[in-house]
Amino acid sequence: MVNTLLTILYVLIGFMMALAGIESFRDVKSPTHLGTGLFWTLLAIIFAFGSFIPAMLVGAMIVVIGLLSLFKQIKVGNLTQVNPKRAAASAQKLGGWIFLPSVVLAIVSILISQFTQLGGQIGIGIGAVVSLLLAIALTKAPVKQVYSDAQRMVRSVGAPGILPQLLATLGAVFTAAGVGTLTAKLIAGVFPAGSHLLGVVLYCAAMAIFTAIMGNAFAAFAVITAAIGVPFVIAQGGSVAVVAALGMTSGYCGTLLTPMAANFNSLPVALMEMDDEMGVIKQQAPIALLLLVLQMGLMYILAF
Amino acid sequence: MEYLKLLGIAVIVIGFALKWDTTAVVVVAAIVTGVLSGMSVPDLLSTLGKSFLDNRMVSLFFLTLPMIGLVESHGLKEVAVSAIQKLKKATPGRILNLYLIVREVTNVFGISLSGQVQFVRPLIQPMVQAAASVEKKLTKKDVELTKARSAAVDNFGNFFAQNLFVASGSVLLISSTMKSLGHAVQPIEIVTASIPVAILTLILVGIYNLLFDRHFKGKASKHDKKEE
Repeated sequence: MVNTLLTILYVLIGFMMALAGIESFRDVKSPTHLGTGLFWTLLAIIFAFGSFIPAMLVGAMIVVIGLLSLFKQIKVGNLTQVNPKRAAASAQKLGGWIFLPSVVLAIVSILISQFTQLGGQIGIGIGAVVSLLLAIALTKAPVKQVYSDAQRMVRSVGAPGILPQLLATLGAVFTAAGVGTLTAKLIAGVFPAGSHLLGVVLYCAAMAIFTAIMGNAFAAFAVITAAIGVPFVIAQGGSVAVVAALGMTSGYCGTLLTPMAANFNSLPVALMEMDDEMGVIKQQAPIALLLLVLQMGLMYILAF
Repeated sequence: MEYLKLLGIAVIVIGFALKWDTTAVVVVAAIVTGVLSGMSVPDLLSTLGKSFLDNRMVSLFFLTLPMIGLVESHGLKEVAVSAIQKLKKATPGRILNLYLIVREVTNVFGISLSGQVQFVRPLIQPMVQAAASVEKKLTKKDVELTKARSAAVDNFGNFFAQNLFVASGSVLLISSTMKSLGHAVQPIEIVTASIPVAILTLILVGIYNLLFDRHFKGKASKHDKKEE
């Protein structure tokens, strides 16, 4: 039941990606319309038919996606922008009700994951479908508008949209190759596993430091959790949910401290024409360091 | 040499640090790891393909995009902006705290705003600056400070509350990665475990912002603030 439903949801995602593919191919004014169209088409195939085709073929498609990206053939392209006049008119009319679909999405997905056997993923899928139908009813949008907004949103997400899934994939490849156990062995040579407090401090600090170096907490998470989080904290009896959640947010403390996270720390400097390239980071540093220490404490108390 | 397969980690760290194309870096790191740990090419492609398929749940957030696109084209941002504008008479710290709450709450409902572009630059920073200049004539450095703090508050609210939404990219990534690592955990458990840090952030940053008001309290605090 759950697997059938999940497969249906993946087919729906594949369908949306196919729309993005069609519209990317049609965006002939963009020099990269072929590459971008191919990118979305491959993803559409993987999502819609992945359960029925050989994994090796999917692997090959991912290599093609990597190549497309390497040669800069995946771009957002030209999107139809939101019509500000219609948005303003609609805002006048709907007021606070415009938030209703988002609220319903959250409530439906939480209810399904809490009170049914279907689990969180199905909850999100059903919540998304219900809230979309509600949004259509609320805005009385014609099919054409729904189509246009859907393909606009998917295309604007672009290649970064599949980065989380790719990183999770990398984590799985690391596990298959035994990278986690090997690094754990190396680190265990320096720091003995077994002390709860030392494990927690090591994991949180490593998350923050690696995130600061890479500028991306998601990438650090797959690597550091396999290498340190699991052997030094979870294998010592730490609660998986607490360790993983606080591990990620410890990584965010690193994001707050690094010029590598350009999206968050350099973008505003450019946007607001600030003089000090590090200005935002200086405002963030006290809170980031304080939160990092507090999270170590929280993890130590809540996980064991 | 067993340690060679750790080169995959090096590829990720260097690739991200040098800002090479991220998608390509991740794919290359996976290939390097697989090859150096002795997988054959078909094995490697199968492992890659299977891992990617197993982790499709990370991308479930795509399903929420049509709805978000639709409410966006029907005035979501306009309504949010007018709500914030109703509070023009507050102090810089209070405006920032209100924005912090808005940012955390919208995160709970899975609305991801491109905060710096859509709110901080056009709305929040100008309001903070206006409020700051009520009692004190602002120096160039003061203005710079309002910009930096406004951007920082956006990041605080964004980062530490995004795990409160079950379908957020980060929650799905955590859940999926932990499953790959052999310690499965439900998205909702991640959300519950993320509540303390979201509240902690709200309190800490809330105090931090109220202290911020002291910079702009007229002559009473004419202490020249040195460049931090």
